[in-house]
Amino acid sequence: MSALRVVAAGPGVAFQDGGRHGWLRFGVTGAGPMDRAAHALANRILGNAPGAAAIEVSLGGVELEAQGVVTLAVAGGDFAVTRDGRALPAQCIVTLAHGQRLRIRPGASGAWCYVALAGEFLLTPVLGSLSAHTRSHLGPPALAAGQEIAVTAYDLGADDSRLDVDAPADAAIRVLMGPQDDYFSPEQIALFQDSEWRVGGRSDRMAYTLEGPLLVPAHGFNIVSDGVAEGAIQVPGEGKPIVLMADRQPTGGYPKIANVIAADLGRLAQKRPGESVRFRAVTHDEAVAARRDAAARAAASLTLTPLLKTHFSSEELLGVNLVGGVVAGED
Amino acid sequence: MTPPAAPKYLDAGEGALVVEFGREVDPAVNARVMALDAALAAEAPAGLVELVPTYRSLMVHYDPLVLPRAALIARIARLMDGLRAATKPRARWVLPVCYDGDCGEDVAAIAEWAKLTPEQVIALHSGAIYRVYMYGFAPGWCYLGGLPKELGISRRAAPRPPIPPNTIIIAGGLSLVATNSMPTGWWLIGRTAERMMRLDRDPAFLAEPGDELRFARVDRATFDRLDARAAAGVTVSYREPAS
Repeated sequence: MSALRVVAAGPGVAFQDGGRHGWLRFGVTGAGPMDRAAHALANRILGNAPGAAAIEVSLGGVELEAQGVVTLAVAGGDFAVTRDGRALPAQCIVTLAHGQRLRIRPGASGAWCYVALAGEFLLTPVLGSLSAHTRSHLGPPALAAGQEIAVTAYDLGADDSRLDVDAPADAAIRVLMGPQDDYFSPEQIALFQDSEWRVGGRSDRMAYTLEGPLLVPAHGFNIVSDGVAEGAIQVPGEGKPIVLMADRQPTGGYPKIANVIAADLGRLAQKRPGESVRFRAVTHDEAVAARRDAAARAAASLTLTPLLKTHFSSEELLGVNLVGGVVAGED
Repeated sequence: MTPPAAPKYLDAGEGALVVEFGREVDPAVNARVMALDAALAAEAPAGLVELVPTYRSLMVHYDPLVLPRAALIARIARLMDGLRAATKPRARWVLPVCYDGDCGEDVAAIAEWAKLTPEQVIALHSGAIYRVYMYGFAPGWCYLGGLPKELGISRRAAPRPPIPPNTIIIAGGLSLVATNSMPTGWWLIGRTAERMMRLDRDPAFLAEPGDELRFARVDRATFDRLDARAAAGVTVSYREPAS
């Protein structure tokens, strides 16, 4: 049996699969990846199901050592990725020989990246999911130095390759107003839509705080608790809006001025504390169209480019696949 | 009796619809939430993802690429037509509760506020029948309607340190069974030996939203015995027919 040994892990590096679904009505947070598209991409590079468990890497970074031969894919923000000290692309598929180390540190941009495995992490699901929800201690605990993660590793025979992805658009984050936008005056709505906001330093998987002008609801800060969807922009008592992310509570008692549309939530998640963000209101139809576009992008075929090596053995020269690697989209 | 007003349909993003029956905590409003929850669950259209009932609204998580918003609303409107004002609760759970000593740490303070004796407070709380309005805050935290109005004490001025697991707390006219140890601004009235959430049990959550609940008073020695059995995985509550 193979394993991944955790050499070092920053805070908040933990397993996420597609999320813990079906339990919101019992107060159980869905969790799941902060950037769903990147998580699905890391899995897709390897031919895994989009909701397969992967390691979500925070700005704290991680270093993993292979016990046995292990093939991994990395996708997400523009992190600095190395194998035994040699740089790798931020979006790639790599095979680690026994004892080789994959190190991931914050790079040029982005706040989250994902390490998927060709094979299976040997972990026990909780309420049907391998997603970690740290606050309620559900799912596998966060990665810690010294831990050995047992895996079943598959040999895909894949070349080490990079995946070229478009840089994320720097456009405004699209929102659908409501469900409690009627708690705010037209002036307060305009202030929300026209201001430049900054992601606050206390942001985490539960919520991204927004720094900017104070928003004051016209009808008070307290509502009788109701459901909270992922991406809800809630305005608590002090008037500083927060965006509720993957680890949100399923219900809440503050007015929600707007909701980030699903297609843009991952892009917001990838912003680091201090980065600026603007919001743009769209209609329900536009939000659904954006979701349809995102689904089409996630199903488009991937083009992997084998990495150039500086040293070749004669066996490698004889066995090299000169055709390159076009991986078909999912059937 | 005039028929209740049609609900409001509010978007929480393009993948969640809030069906709002009111803006206050009200048994009649919650009964409609529960009735729609049950009706939608019984006839779930493709693309329905999750239903989250709360005091006053039902949040319907859905996939708009499979189930268009207009089709979802049409389905709900059709179900509303045939909906009775209140559905009968599925079950009533009877939970053993100790109100004595540190289990009912705030009984004396509640009694002082209510101008009652501690025994009267306990008799009121353990004599009522509650309904599960919703879960929230943390996994298995079960919010109940039906608290006798004499016990309608407001929240504490400031939160207190974490409560023991399985504590029953009251504030603002509601009662709540907590599962884990968290700070709270509510008042501690008792502790149950039962586990509302147990991951190795099927079902993991004892009561469904809409179920009834009542509390059977036990003394400390009985509580300790039942708590030990519950810790070993035994169910120590029982089910009786709902009203």
